[in-house]
Amino acid sequence: MDQRWMRKLAIGALALGTVAIASGAAWSSTGQMEPAEQEWHHQGITGTFDKAAAQRGLQVYKEVCSACHSMNLVAYRTLADLGYSEEQVKALAAEAEVQDGPNDEGEMFTRPGRPYDHFKAPFANEKAARAANGGAYPPDMSLLVKAREDGENYIYALLNGYADAPAGHEVPEGKYYNPYYPGGNISMPPPLSDGAVTYQDGTEATRAQMAHDVITFLSWTAEPKLDERHRMGVIVVAFLVIFTGILFAAYRRVWKDVH
Amino acid sequence: MSASTFQTNSKAIKWIESRLPVISFVHESLVVYPTPKNLNYWWNFGSLAGIALVIQIVTGIVLSMHYTPHVSLAFNSVEHIMRDVNYGWLLRYIHANGASMFFIVVYVHICRGLYFGSYKAPREILWWLGLVIFLLMMATAFMGYVLPWGQMSFWGATVITNLFSAFPVVGKSIVTWLWGGFSVDNATLNRFYSLHFLLPFAIVGVVVVHIWALHTTKSNNPLGIDIKGPQDTLPFHPYYTVKDMFGLGVFMTVFALFVFFAPNYMGHPDNYIPANPLVTPAHIVPEWYFLPYYAILRSVPDKLGGVVLMFGSILLMFAMPWLDFSRVRSARFRPIFKQAYWLFVINAVVLGYIGGQPPEGMYIIIGRIATTYYFVHLLVLVPLISLFERPLPLPESISNAVLGGSAVPKGAAAAPEKH
Repeated sequence: MDQRWMRKLAIGALALGTVAIASGAAWSSTGQMEPAEQEWHHQGITGTFDKAAAQRGLQVYKEVCSACHSMNLVAYRTLADLGYSEEQVKALAAEAEVQDGPNDEGEMFTRPGRPYDHFKAPFANEKAARAANGGAYPPDMSLLVKAREDGENYIYALLNGYADAPAGHEVPEGKYYNPYYPGGNISMPPPLSDGAVTYQDGTEATRAQMAHDVITFLSWTAEPKLDERHRMGVIVVAFLVIFTGILFAAYRRVWKDVH
Repeated sequence: MSASTFQTNSKAIKWIESRLPVISFVHESLVVYPTPKNLNYWWNFGSLAGIALVIQIVTGIVLSMHYTPHVSLAFNSVEHIMRDVNYGWLLRYIHANGASMFFIVVYVHICRGLYFGSYKAPREILWWLGLVIFLLMMATAFMGYVLPWGQMSFWGATVITNLFSAFPVVGKSIVTWLWGGFSVDNATLNRFYSLHFLLPFAIVGVVVVHIWALHTTKSNNPLGIDIKGPQDTLPFHPYYTVKDMFGLGVFMTVFALFVFFAPNYMGHPDNYIPANPLVTPAHIVPEWYFLPYYAILRSVPDKLGGVVLMFGSILLMFAMPWLDFSRVRSARFRPIFKQAYWLFVINAVVLGYIGGQPPEGMYIIIGRIATTYYFVHLLVLVPLISLFERPLPLPESISNAVLGGSAVPKGAAAAPEKH
């Protein structure tokens, strides 16, 4: 009787798990195309960021995305995690002109960025961003990968998914057709085209390559502690499995003579 | 509880004991506490729930040292925890997933009580206290989910607080009072933070009384029959301390898999978008553990009716000791109740699934059928089964059954069930 009972409970737990998955998936059921699965170096329990790809992705962000998209949560100093030296981080920060102040005369002034500054936003505020983008507000990119269902694959599909609208689909003035975007009409013009950037490491800058690289970078900005988390997780789970095994042996031993 | 079993030769301990008998109290309740010898793994979940509560309080207190409860700072302060605070990402992921783990454990704990009839005499007050803990947990978890001030935080808070507007005459005033203003805003966030900090300690208080009641009536067991004597029990330590430790190891392993390898699996991506009162998400859904109740709420076309049924679905549980008046506790000896029980569990899972779907088409119909079944089970099936079911014969005693003696037919126990 006991075993049948356990089996039933297992089925129940399985069903409960299905509910959790289904409720998560419900979000994407708004009629748009499902993105295809891509390979990511940081996926899986031992996944780590591909730093070379993330560095290329930073270049794509700087030369393409940052014209419209802010990156408010990321400080230049954290770029050291992607393998940049202290000097390189200082140089990257110094490329930005940031406002500081007030000084002793009460005036605001600009100075070159320092490592502790956060990425400089392209627009002063949301109104300015909308005014420059036909009324649309380019979202901050810091958390974008975690703020979208299946973030990496969705953004990859979106960046590579621009197409001619099918017959009968009306695309309003100033919008672009993209079947992966909810509703199909997106305000962002196709941002990437082959050769849009010239990679310093000689990698060929195809659209797919740039999309892959910039998403690797965005995955890092959304979850900068992923490498540390995976590394620690493997050790913690390994410890817990062994420790639980010892506890099970102790349990069996203590209970040996109980009937 | 008599302190007679506790003996010591230590003068220091005697000195303390004569002033505050705390050591004998711990001895009575954690060492020699007589526990039925036949408890199965489903009895591990009570101690797991207690540990889950402690984990939430410890991580929560540290998080509160870095969090800022203000509408323009809250979201970024959470990201500050994730990026700049030493192991802040670990604390936050433990706390966020810990809430889900707490609910998983408590749902199993409640289901165990329902299956083995742990709510029946003499454990009615024990059962009620558990339900009070469950209600406090729901309030705490709901308010905690608001604190990161993401899109789901804001809109979840808006939807749930608006439920109270369904009450006639005073509804609108209640909502304004809850909000501390005329919309979900900074005053709402501040009071939710305050209450989210307070309620876990209220839960600790009720847990203490819950355990007090447990130690008065003693644990139920898978056979649902009373303890007849010392031959039926084991001292809590070492037998159940070691078994609970093993269960804790399994629990922590599952917990760690979520925290380290799927920390956002049970969350919602929209909550990584800062709250925006001007943009409503496509589907506003609560955390997974509220979905069955959310489904009941939305299954009723009338707002007040939905609110009443949603709260009623939990409040009805307080009446379980009388809705089910069969004298046999354990479903092991109740062939019909057992099947109805599993249908009820499956129905609750269906409700959870429906709660995560948009309220349209078939989902509404299935939701209404499942909602109806929830109440039919509790209000009609359970009393009828109590009345007409003929239970299987009960074993003579726990030790007889455990020793492998086949269930001794006990006509005296079975016959009165016919009423």
